[in-house]
Amino acid sequence: MPDNTAMEWPWQYQFPPFFTLQPHTETRTRQLSTWHNLVLDYFRTTRQYKLDLGEAQRLALFNNTEINRKCDREFILIILEELEKTKNSAPLDKTRNRWEIYWHTLQEWADIIYSYIVNRGATGSVLTFYELTHGDDVTEEEFKGMDDNILLKVLRVLEEQRKCTVMLYDDQQGVKFF
Amino acid sequence: MDRLEYSTPTLKESETVISREQNVRLYDGHQKTSFEGGEIMLTSHRLLWGHREALTLNQICLSLSLKLVIYAEEESSSFSFSRSRKVILYLNEPHSDKNEGPQVRSTFNFIKLSFREGYRTDIVGHINETISLKKWEIVTVPSIKLRTGIVGIERSIQEKQKATKESISVAFQDLSKLMTMAKDMVQLSRLISNKIREKQGNVTEDETVQFKSYLLSLGIDDPVTRDTFSTEDQYFSNLAVQVSEIVKQPLEDAGGLLPLIDAFCRVNRARGLELLSPEDFLASCRQMERHNLYLKLHTFKSGVMVLRLASLSNEHVVNNTLELIEEKGSLSAEELAKLLGISVMLAKERLLTCEEYGVACRDDCIEGLRFYPNLFLKDL
Repeated sequence: MPDNTAMEWPWQYQFPPFFTLQPHTETRTRQLSTWHNLVLDYFRTTRQYKLDLGEAQRLALFNNTEINRKCDREFILIILEELEKTKNSAPLDKTRNRWEIYWHTLQEWADIIYSYIVNRGATGSVLTFYELTHGDDVTEEEFKGMDDNILLKVLRVLEEQRKCTVMLYDDQQGVKFF
Repeated sequence: MDRLEYSTPTLKESETVISREQNVRLYDGHQKTSFEGGEIMLTSHRLLWGHREALTLNQICLSLSLKLVIYAEEESSSFSFSRSRKVILYLNEPHSDKNEGPQVRSTFNFIKLSFREGYRTDIVGHINETISLKKWEIVTVPSIKLRTGIVGIERSIQEKQKATKESISVAFQDLSKLMTMAKDMVQLSRLISNKIREKQGNVTEDETVQFKSYLLSLGIDDPVTRDTFSTEDQYFSNLAVQVSEIVKQPLEDAGGLLPLIDAFCRVNRARGLELLSPEDFLASCRQMERHNLYLKLHTFKSGVMVLRLASLSNEHVVNNTLELIEEKGSLSAEELAKLLGISVMLAKERLLTCEEYGVACRDDCIEGLRFYPNLFLKDL
């Protein structure tokens, strides 16, 4: 269970209708946009990158035990699809069961990482994935502890912009920035 | 000979004795049998053979059902000096449900009766005549029911059903008579009430009031009926006016909304006779708006139809309901129904209207559907 203590919940979290998909169009738009922000907020605060739809209902995010309300599976899927529209999430399988959540979009992540490299003057050097996400130099960075799969996706974005090249060997995953 | 069975000479119901002859011997086909010196008795159903005592004392004798006899003829005998005369009975195949008889099987399909001393009566004629009458086929209705078992029970149920059916149809005959009579009654009472009005001086006030109350208890004194009007449109228009008059009070009591079904029941109860069909009622309600009556037909999104005070707008309903929701924090349809004294269905429609207007939002949890003030939009 992720740590929820640092989480600051919005007032809607205490409002029971928040956990039911609203049929009224305008209301629903407002509700979903609140959810959009809340989900990203939650994942950022708890430093999570992945969500399994089958277990989503156990997360405090979708289940407020205080007022005894939780989102049903269909509703969570709608929220995730809403996130997908802004490239803040992506399904990992065809059944749309497992999801990656990007509180920064891949493009945003790419910019963040690249500007970090530039600031450190590390262009032209080779870094391993581990160094980049778990090294001593990145403890203060937002991408600390990033999931390797997501990191790879972010680096591929940079690669397309010809800002790095990813080097994959059997056990070693490295990247060279230009 | 195999057609014969053991029996008693006791006569069955509607069986009558036709003639008797003595000294008769039975032949199985051409063969003599040991049944000789007996007496035969012809009844309307059977031909019995037995010894004299057996026939008179109701003891066992042989019996041949006449059903099996095709016809009888006298055998022409070459020995004219003998007094003996023989009669041949040609027979049908035996029935499988035959009782036990003296002989199980026979190759012949005829038997002979040999009258040693001739016969006194025209026995051949009697037999043929009896066969042609077929008395045994005339079934008399048994006066005592002796049926038992499942078939018996089934039959008795059937009979009961038949009786019920008859009594129902008789009852409805009376009802239709009553209906036709009622129309006359209403007309008559109207006539009388007119007369009373004309001669108001002759009748006391009390009597007039009393008579009027009788009329009221009959229903409306002048129901709008289809045959009073030449066109459907006219009929529906007038009906709409009448419906609006009847429903006015209950509508106001119910807070301005009345389910169409309730209205329909009330109208038909008020009319008493000359009942309205649902189609006519609906058609008349559809006309209400056109005639600027103070109530109109309103259809909710869900398809539920209600009669509503024309003065009562959606906004009005929404505002009232929202006030209640805000007062209570949240409301389910049941709670709102209790608060307003209206039906749950109507309460739900009110809440859904609020949602439609964006002032309320739903909370669909295990405990049921509740509505809250729409804080999502209010927040701005």
